[in-house]
Amino acid sequence: MARPAPIDSPPPHGRPARSSRSLVRALVPLSGIAVLILVWDVALSLGGGRSQLLPRPFAVVRAIAELAQKGFLLKHVVASLFRVTWGYVAAVIVGIPLGVVLGWYRRGGMAIAPILEILRPISPLAWIPVAILWFGVGDVSAVFIIFLGSLFPLTLTAMNAVRGVEVVHVNAGRNFGLRAPELLRRVIYPAILPQLIVGLRLSLGIAWLVVVAAEMIAVSSGLGFLIIDARNAGNRYDLVVAGMVLIGVIGIALDAIMRSLERSKAVAWGYTTILEGEQPDVAGGDAAGRAAVLP
Amino acid sequence: MTGNAEVKVRIQDLSKAFHTNGHEIRVLEHIDLDVREGELVCILGPSGCGKSTLLNIVGGFLPASSGDVAIDGLPVRRPDPRRIFVFQERGVFPWLTVEGNIGFGISGLPATERAARIAHYVRLVGLEGFENAYPQELSGGMKQRVEVARALAVNPDVLYLDEPFGALDSITRLVMRSELLRIWQTERKTILFVTHDIEESCQLADRIVVLSARPGSIRRVVEVDLPHPRDLSSPRYLALRDSILEEIGLAHRI
Repeated sequence: MARPAPIDSPPPHGRPARSSRSLVRALVPLSGIAVLILVWDVALSLGGGRSQLLPRPFAVVRAIAELAQKGFLLKHVVASLFRVTWGYVAAVIVGIPLGVVLGWYRRGGMAIAPILEILRPISPLAWIPVAILWFGVGDVSAVFIIFLGSLFPLTLTAMNAVRGVEVVHVNAGRNFGLRAPELLRRVIYPAILPQLIVGLRLSLGIAWLVVVAAEMIAVSSGLGFLIIDARNAGNRYDLVVAGMVLIGVIGIALDAIMRSLERSKAVAWGYTTILEGEQPDVAGGDAAGRAAVLP
Repeated sequence: MTGNAEVKVRIQDLSKAFHTNGHEIRVLEHIDLDVREGELVCILGPSGCGKSTLLNIVGGFLPASSGDVAIDGLPVRRPDPRRIFVFQERGVFPWLTVEGNIGFGISGLPATERAARIAHYVRLVGLEGFENAYPQELSGGMKQRVEVARALAVNPDVLYLDEPFGALDSITRLVMRSELLRIWQTERKTILFVTHDIEESCQLADRIVVLSARPGSIRRVVEVDLPHPRDLSSPRYLALRDSILEEIGLAHRI
């Protein structure tokens, strides 16, 4: 299976069949992970006395199975996703409209943007003591920290995207008789959507980073709690690494979901560099051919 | 032929100055111009002479510093769907298909009527088969046609064209000019066409308004009484072109 051959469908026009190409695309990243696991295992088996520095891959797999068996896996994953969902959704609801308004009314934006710029580089984790003071130890604190972590990048993305909307597009909208609310819905919103989706994806990544840290301090469930608890209650480093692996896998899955939004044709124009790199897949060969037919 | 038609656009003693860093830049001075209904007027001038600014003021996108613009006797205060401004192809909305763009200004119509109008203007500009294509999949000339069709679909009285073919290659530009004339002859819109291209103005216009360098003012208005289609090698056409070249002060030879 190292080199999959296209058996079922012969490649049309001498090009490799689409299915075999996408299979190769899927296998190459997996092979990297396979090599990493191999090196990890071999290094520990050769390490002698130092093999205690990290659990072996199989021990981690066993730990994940143990978590699943006892029902902890689902419990912790759901707890983390629950907090991320609330904090992130709240940040989207507050941050995007706020950013759009700040971008549209430039004066207001100029007054408030510096505040956001100062707050943005402060790690959301620095808010943990403040959150505990305000909301106590518990879910609300964790959700609040995730909310803050996503809020600033989302607001700034929306603000800058609105400022970057082409004047000709706004003018064209006005020319067709659109006033503020309609202009927002039919011109501004679609114009900023490609950037918004990138901002949504990046801030979801931040939210997922932050939830783990917040759970180490403020609550007693979730993947962050699992990691810190496994270490405190008996140095179960197989469980610690199992928690890390789960965080990574779920993080990739969340990112993939957000990435799939970028493939819609109504936003593809906003990612022209990506588009040019994948022209044959995204735009389609016939589109390129069409353009040549007519001036 | 349009000599007795009513005045559609009246520009009276219009001036415009911009203020930047305490400096006043005078862009337009004392422009007086009447454009008759159904007329195709080219505003011709060198780069930076304020001709685009003039069109933006007439279109209601910019306020004048002094003077008035009136259409059908009413002062212009803001953009209006009865007068559509065609930008270079940059004005096409990249998030909408050809159909979506052309139907943009007629979203209030019943669905069947809207679809029929879209289909009509898709045909008029020769984009059949591309209804569902996105602008990024089109060439510059095709995008330009989308914009013209989008403008025509709302059935405006007046079209403002700001160097609409400037970004196109020379062959496409010629094709687009004859298409514009064809559309103008079928739809009978009043057209204000800004260009810095002498040949272009001689090929298209009923009248050519020659602007001076900044601050722009009207140097001369040339009546072009050549019938369409114009023979680009006829002595009368060449004489007209040369007289304008001379007016602008350019050499006849390169």
